[in-house]
Amino acid sequence: MLKKNVIEVKDLVKKFGDFVANDHLTFSVQKGEIFGFLGANGAGKTTAMKILCGLLTPTSGEVYVNGYNVYTQSELIKKNIGYMSQKFSLYDDLTTFENIQFFATIYGLSKKQIIEKTTILLEEFKLYDIKNHLVGDIPLGWKQKIAFLIATFHNPSVVFLDEPTGGVDPITRRQFWELIHRAAASGTTLFVTTHYMDEAEYCDRVSILSEGKLVALGTPDDLKNQYKAPSMDEVFYKIARNADV
Amino acid sequence: MRTILAIVRKEFLQVFRNRVMLPILFVVPFVQLIILVNAATLEIKNIRISFVDNDFSSTTRSIFNKFAYSPFFKIQPSFGSFKDAEIEMKKGKTDVIITFPSNFEKKLKQEGKAELQVNINAINGVVAGISAAYVQSIIASFLKEEMGKSYTTILPVQIKVITHHWFNPQLNYKNFMLPAILALLVTMIGMLLSTLNFVREKEIGTIEQINVTPIRKYQFIIGKFLPFLLLALVELSMGLIIGKLLYDIPMLGNLGNLFIFTILYLIVVMSVGLLVAVSSRTQQQALFVLFFLLLVSIMLSGIFTSVETMPYWAQKLNLINPIYYFMRVIRMILLKGSSFLDLLPEFISLCIFAVILWQILLVKYRKSTI
Repeated sequence: MLKKNVIEVKDLVKKFGDFVANDHLTFSVQKGEIFGFLGANGAGKTTAMKILCGLLTPTSGEVYVNGYNVYTQSELIKKNIGYMSQKFSLYDDLTTFENIQFFATIYGLSKKQIIEKTTILLEEFKLYDIKNHLVGDIPLGWKQKIAFLIATFHNPSVVFLDEPTGGVDPITRRQFWELIHRAAASGTTLFVTTHYMDEAEYCDRVSILSEGKLVALGTPDDLKNQYKAPSMDEVFYKIARNADV
Repeated sequence: MRTILAIVRKEFLQVFRNRVMLPILFVVPFVQLIILVNAATLEIKNIRISFVDNDFSSTTRSIFNKFAYSPFFKIQPSFGSFKDAEIEMKKGKTDVIITFPSNFEKKLKQEGKAELQVNINAINGVVAGISAAYVQSIIASFLKEEMGKSYTTILPVQIKVITHHWFNPQLNYKNFMLPAILALLVTMIGMLLSTLNFVREKEIGTIEQINVTPIRKYQFIIGKFLPFLLLALVELSMGLIIGKLLYDIPMLGNLGNLFIFTILYLIVVMSVGLLVAVSSRTQQQALFVLFFLLLVSIMLSGIFTSVETMPYWAQKLNLINPIYYFMRVIRMILLKGSSFLDLLPEFISLCIFAVILWQILLVKYRKSTI
């Protein structure tokens, strides 16, 4: 492997009681890669992502993010990652800027840095007009963009996006993916879960989870060849059908 | 430090933007101090009293008048028979029935003693006890006056007890209740608001966004404590000002000490609240648990009744009741003018609570779940 692995997962198991949410997952993600994490609802995507972020403790297996161990160094991991939850989780009763300011301060950015960067990014994300709007009054698609902006504001080396485009209109989704590509181009690693198969095509590499197991891993083209399918959509159906049998 | 300030700032923005909470914060102290201080009183006035007079003598008439002049009694219509009076009591329309037998005056004059019957509605035992005491003292004072005046009976040498009430010479019940209401005010604002605020972050999911940052646990907890601590202190100041203006409540001790104790006490109860918050999923759960905890510890704390007269086990139970200490401290400082040294035992106890609870809190509050 020539490139540095930002995420290293080996035999990751996560059990909730008898239920196995992640069943011996093994994969790695390279620097600057857009890594798609696909699967049906309940396949274990969010669980795995929360483990990588240090929000959940794994049952067994080895997990490294930026070279830090999730068991013992989760607070060091947290300095260099961004996370966007499946459930929108910013403060509805604060304005866009206040939300940015709050999280950026926690990440240790200075006041001056925050003000300068906010101006640049809000322009870039086409959100400048809603800088002083309460987040609760803003449509969902824009909210998701703000959440992404906050997740990437402190220049993390890895950003975890849990279904970032769920419930978002097609135009905003496309803009969203432009933002993701731009972030990747600047060297950020992006770990994205989704169940929109067209979005899987935008990823550098894709892994497919089914019932906690990793059933496919590769570039979208590789997977299409492997399953002799014209699109990722077809790949997913073929795998899902196999899983059912 | 900047992290803590960022949280404090955020909390204040949220509180001041809340159209429901903000007015309540400023109305609560007024309502509590004006309504509760006046309503929660053990002074008993307007005891309804009925007479059944079978004697119709000047003596029974004078006793009747004695009651009529007392501010504690309200005379109800008299009854011809005890039976009628009893029916009236069963309907709840009278509290005390005094029955004079026939020949009451005659017996009293000839034998120097006579009997009368007092019936008291004892549904509320405390009220009944106090009513009985009033009735006895009025009759006793009647006897003393009448016997001394019109009868030449030589009274035995009596020891006269002059009671002097310390720290509350007029036995003003308001002076006793107001500090207690202030203690409740501080507890409600500090503990309830901080707990519910924390659980709300869990409910709306923002806690996850915070847990994924490198924030330290103590930074987050202090950041959550400070805004509500400050709000509670503002409420205390408002309460003290209202108390001074409306009730002229004594403030004999050092108010600085009172604030030091309040801060310490708030750290303790907020830690308890946060422990509840950490193990609750929803605001309802947290509120229910807090309600239970508060109800028990407030009743036990000696807010209405003196802790010294409680059963032994209840007195011991109070040793782990933070409200008990604060209730003592606030009354001692305001009414007794106790110095810091006088309150050292309470100070040490509250410090021990704070240290232990913080240790538990730092273990119980986790940024990751298992």
